[in-house]
Amino acid sequence: MNELLTVENVVVQYGELTAVNGVSFSLNAGETLGLVGESGCGKSSLGRAILGLEKISGGTVLFAGQEVSRLKGRALKNFRRQAQMVFQDPFGSLNPRMTVGSAIEEVLLVHKIGANRAACYKKAAALFQDVGLSPDWLRRYPHEFSGGQRQRIGIARALALEPKLLIADEPVSALDVSVQAEIITLLKRLQQERGLAYLFIGHDLAVVRAMSDRIAVMYKGKIVEIGDSDQVCENPQDTYTKTLLSAVPDIDAALKDA
Amino acid sequence: MNGIENQQCLIDVQDLAVHFGAPENPVRAVDGVSFQIFSGEIVALVGESGSGKSISALALAKLIPEPAARIAGGKILFRGADTLAMNHAELRTLRGAKIAYIFQEPATSLNPVFTVGYQIGEAIKLHRRGVHVKTEVKKLLASVGLPEPARAAKSYPHELSGGMQQRAMIAMALACDPDLLVADEPTTALDVTVQKQILELLLQLRAERGLSILLITHNLGIVANTADRIYVMHRGKIVESGDTKTVLKNPQDVYTKNLIAAVPRLHHE
Repeated sequence: MNELLTVENVVVQYGELTAVNGVSFSLNAGETLGLVGESGCGKSSLGRAILGLEKISGGTVLFAGQEVSRLKGRALKNFRRQAQMVFQDPFGSLNPRMTVGSAIEEVLLVHKIGANRAACYKKAAALFQDVGLSPDWLRRYPHEFSGGQRQRIGIARALALEPKLLIADEPVSALDVSVQAEIITLLKRLQQERGLAYLFIGHDLAVVRAMSDRIAVMYKGKIVEIGDSDQVCENPQDTYTKTLLSAVPDIDAALKDA
Repeated sequence: MNGIENQQCLIDVQDLAVHFGAPENPVRAVDGVSFQIFSGEIVALVGESGSGKSISALALAKLIPEPAARIAGGKILFRGADTLAMNHAELRTLRGAKIAYIFQEPATSLNPVFTVGYQIGEAIKLHRRGVHVKTEVKKLLASVGLPEPARAAKSYPHELSGGMQQRAMIAMALACDPDLLVADEPTTALDVTVQKQILELLLQLRAERGLSILLITHNLGIVANTADRIYVMHRGKIVESGDTKTVLKNPQDVYTKNLIAAVPRLHHE
């Protein structure tokens, strides 16, 4: 297996508070690792720290063998191309005064992927098509889209630089179940087509399981259990994992004893 | 729920229509909806964003955003009284004292510049006479399971976690001992573990107070575990209704089937 990301003993602190307390795991190319836990467990901080958006106070993050915190200049820019993020609230991560097309084109221009505006537009149109949106909508503003469409835009923006790793922080938590299912299907298709690796952060184990090959359960800054998705969901070892599993409102179990 | 026929019908909505926009070419957000809620019953209103479920629920206490929206037809009977024909004074008694609401985002429903205790006390002062407000507030906060009610009463909303804020909102909703609690996506913004606690609290309040609950959600897992009966709404219309387990086990409508299929499963068959 081709190891893309290695996280070793990572610590993230905010003043006195230790949000991430010595976390280690690895992620292979083309694989999905689900990171699950409750609010405040440190899962988002960890995701941000991997991308260098949060300073790490201890440990190392290796991306394709290179230590992320030591990257500078062109190497750092290259890393940012290869590791992208999809956020929970796509509306909050899109500039309301910019058309969604220019938001994507800007990314391409900055990273010099398209030679000029016209080339960038063409690329943005292809990306839109790929995530199931009409290229005609590139000239629209974020408020003109529904939540599910905005998340598709967020995904298109993240894919613009053809990354190898996508960190998706609660990408479907704000969406309706039927839209959730659509976005999950889209993410899976894109992964197959592009060989992407995902770190999929969420609090709903059922959703995380639907996406992930392996699952890491995080509690109070630490990973308390990590393993194969089936293993973690069907035969959990840790007490907290069990609590988390029993909290998911299970439709099948409720109907079984009817 | 057993023996519904013998119980009192609390809310009877008949052919309700709520329209938005120009009268010549209205958006029919709620398009001929009928449903009933009986005493002590938990009824789920299920559907996707924009299906009209929240507007239907707001219409119960005539809380729809007029003049942008208007009730274009139908009847809403609360214990037999037509709420749509009520004047302002009657509506004030209905709102809060008979029908109370909690919403998805407790942080935006609470006023950030007043303590939680003050805000709960306000409802008591408005609707109930001759009670000691502070004692009552503490009693309410204790009844929704806040560990230190006196301290919670003195807290500002930002000092409480999301789950505690939602408990405080429920305490406020219960301040005037309503007959019906409308819970509009009450746990969507919360973690699964906290969600479970809030749902257990709702079940407990129903058992203790005989409270009726209209639960609005898109999560069928919650519905299966909480509600007695279900109404499935799609594009302003109710497409299917009945006993929760019967409907979810054997859905008749295509939309209901799709909704059930979309639920992410924890355990695979």
